[in-house]
Amino acid sequence: MDDDMSLTDTSGAADGIEGTVDTTAERVYSEFAAKARAALSGVAPEPGAPKPDPILVANGVRRAFGGIVAVDVDHIEVQRGSITALIGPNGAGKTTFFNLLTGFDSPDTGTWRFDGADMGGVAPHRMASRGMVRTFQLTKSLTKMSVIENMKLGATGQKGEKWWNGLFPATWRRQEAEIEARADELLKRFRLDHMRDEYAGALSGGQRKLLEMARALMTNPTLVMLDEPMAGVNPALKQSLNAHVRGLRDEGMTVLFVEHDMDMVHDISDWVIVMAEGQVIAEGTPDDISSNTAVIDAYLGTHQGRSLLEDE
Amino acid sequence: MDIGFVLTQTVLTFIGFQACYFAIAAIGLNVQFGFTGLLNFGQAAFMAAGAYGMAQTVPIFEISLWWGMFIGIAYALFLGLLMGVPTLRLRADYLAIVTIASAEIVRLVVRSVEFQDTFGATDGLIGYAESFQQVGVDLGLNSTADYGFWIFTFSGRDLWRLIVGWSLVAVFALIVWSLMRSPWGRVLKAIREDEDAVRSLGKSVYSYKLQSLLLGGTIGAFGGMYFAVGQAAVQPDVFSRDLTFFVLTGLVIGGVAKVTGSIIGPMIFWGIYAFLDSLLRELVDKPVRIGDFTLIQSTDIGAVVYMVMGSGLVALMVVRPQGIFGNRKEMAFDGR
Ligand SMILES: Nc1ncnc2c1ncn2[C@@H]1O[C@H](COP(=O)(O)OP(=O)(O)OP(=O)(O)O)[C@@H](O)[C@H]1O
Ligand SMILES: [Mg+2]
Repeated sequence: MDDDMSLTDTSGAADGIEGTVDTTAERVYSEFAAKARAALSGVAPEPGAPKPDPILVANGVRRAFGGIVAVDVDHIEVQRGSITALIGPNGAGKTTFFNLLTGFDSPDTGTWRFDGADMGGVAPHRMASRGMVRTFQLTKSLTKMSVIENMKLGATGQKGEKWWNGLFPATWRRQEAEIEARADELLKRFRLDHMRDEYAGALSGGQRKLLEMARALMTNPTLVMLDEPMAGVNPALKQSLNAHVRGLRDEGMTVLFVEHDMDMVHDISDWVIVMAEGQVIAEGTPDDISSNTAVIDAYLGTHQGRSLLEDE
Repeated sequence: MDIGFVLTQTVLTFIGFQACYFAIAAIGLNVQFGFTGLLNFGQAAFMAAGAYGMAQTVPIFEISLWWGMFIGIAYALFLGLLMGVPTLRLRADYLAIVTIASAEIVRLVVRSVEFQDTFGATDGLIGYAESFQQVGVDLGLNSTADYGFWIFTFSGRDLWRLIVGWSLVAVFALIVWSLMRSPWGRVLKAIREDEDAVRSLGKSVYSYKLQSLLLGGTIGAFGGMYFAVGQAAVQPDVFSRDLTFFVLTGLVIGGVAKVTGSIIGPMIFWGIYAFLDSLLRELVDKPVRIGDFTLIQSTDIGAVVYMVMGSGLVALMVVRPQGIFGNRKEMAFDGR
């Protein structure tokens, strides 16, 4: 089953997604990529640089676990409609920062605004309806539910999710059909449609990453936060995932993702933010970052990301 | 030995009053434990809430029995909020601890001398169920006459309570079955697997868990109400931990997260119980001795029955961990 998958996905990578041309020709940008890069071209490549149109702004966000200061971000802005990569060595605080921004953890100090609204103290389940959705570093596919049920769970504002409506299918059947149609469409895009009625537990690790991403999209987000979407995904599937992530931006979403694979970061991101030991140590375009000595030091300090050097 | 008697006992218990109110309670517990993964170890408290709500009407409040339904529901909701509001935000174990303790507190309160005038202390309450029995009579079931055929012969009174009981089982089974096929049920099942995933998708896990606890508790309370009117008397010690764990055992035998399992499990539980009990009683009409050593005598039967059932349960868990009606596939994949 899994072998078949990687074959399909290899071919899928070549097709790409509307808006992107061939995935290997990385310098051919879609119109949206060009727009995002143009908007960011005037931004100074320094930590905390202000962006022309930030969708997410965080100030003084700090979180300590006992003696370890996991996150200590002075100022950060994420440009609307861009793909922003958040990189950094293991333990840099990227996941913790995600947890803080999405309400899964609370900071000791700090504020952050999403789309102009203060998000401090907002419960995690209120994020989705405001247009902010995240995935998890350790995949959280609901293994004992079918793939399609996983997808349908993602839709927000479902009438049938009120218990008093649950008993009367007439109140939710139409909406359910719409949701199912949207889910099927997404499954097709992520090449999971053949697994539609399987239990999610029957998916491979990479397929689960895909399912989690697709499910997150069911919430109709404006900001998608992906925590290591490529971890454990085979290279062929990575190519198609890259295309999917680009596709999100090309549909007008903002993507903030954590990744260790520098090739992917270089390949798809419009902007890169580098964290180390909880702090933002550098920002810039992928090209700025690969030549940034602070970044190289941070990575070499923990023997990470040698590809950064080898690539150049 | 009269094997015919043993089998008759078994069959009659299988569909009997006890199996019936256990099934109602198990349908409720299944909502919480089976579908949502909530460790409610205090279903007996919800059943007591329903039973006492019914039993208090005529003797204590001097109102019609039928108000008991509302009182029972109100008690159950109150209890559910009391248990759930502080614990459902915390890790799963806290609910388990709180429910098991609450159930004991409820039992100790209703049996305390302090509240004799409200709950009847250890004597419990009687003298409220006449209007329930009267409905059966009005429908033409003479309470002393026998109805039925072959071994299925019941007094009018018995037949009436069985009809009501199994109708309640059918109604609640249908409600739970349709709820679990709705998007609401989908959220519950997702919570059972991974709360954070559900949160990230914009559902208030806390609120759904509370809804599940209250719904399951209310259904449990109906089990208690039915017990109260069927038995025409309630005593506090009926609602002991045994009750909770027998309901849970029935559910596990039948298969959690399956509506059929929650109905047939308790039937099988009591069916097997009656089979072993009457079989042993037939076999051990006088003490069985090996030399001077008394192997078994009639006073041991109760304990031996539970020992055999316990071993059987262990064997079932080894051979068929998902229970009789459970879904192997839902069991087969481990979390990550
Ligand atoms: N719940 C916690 N309790 C204590 N320490 C924690 C907790 N969560 C994170 N930390 C610490 O915070 C630091 C940052 O962890 P975090 O998971 O955010 O790193 P990361 O950048 O996501 O790393 P990786 O790339 O390995 O996923 C680590 O030193 C970690 O040990
Ligand atoms: Mg991480």
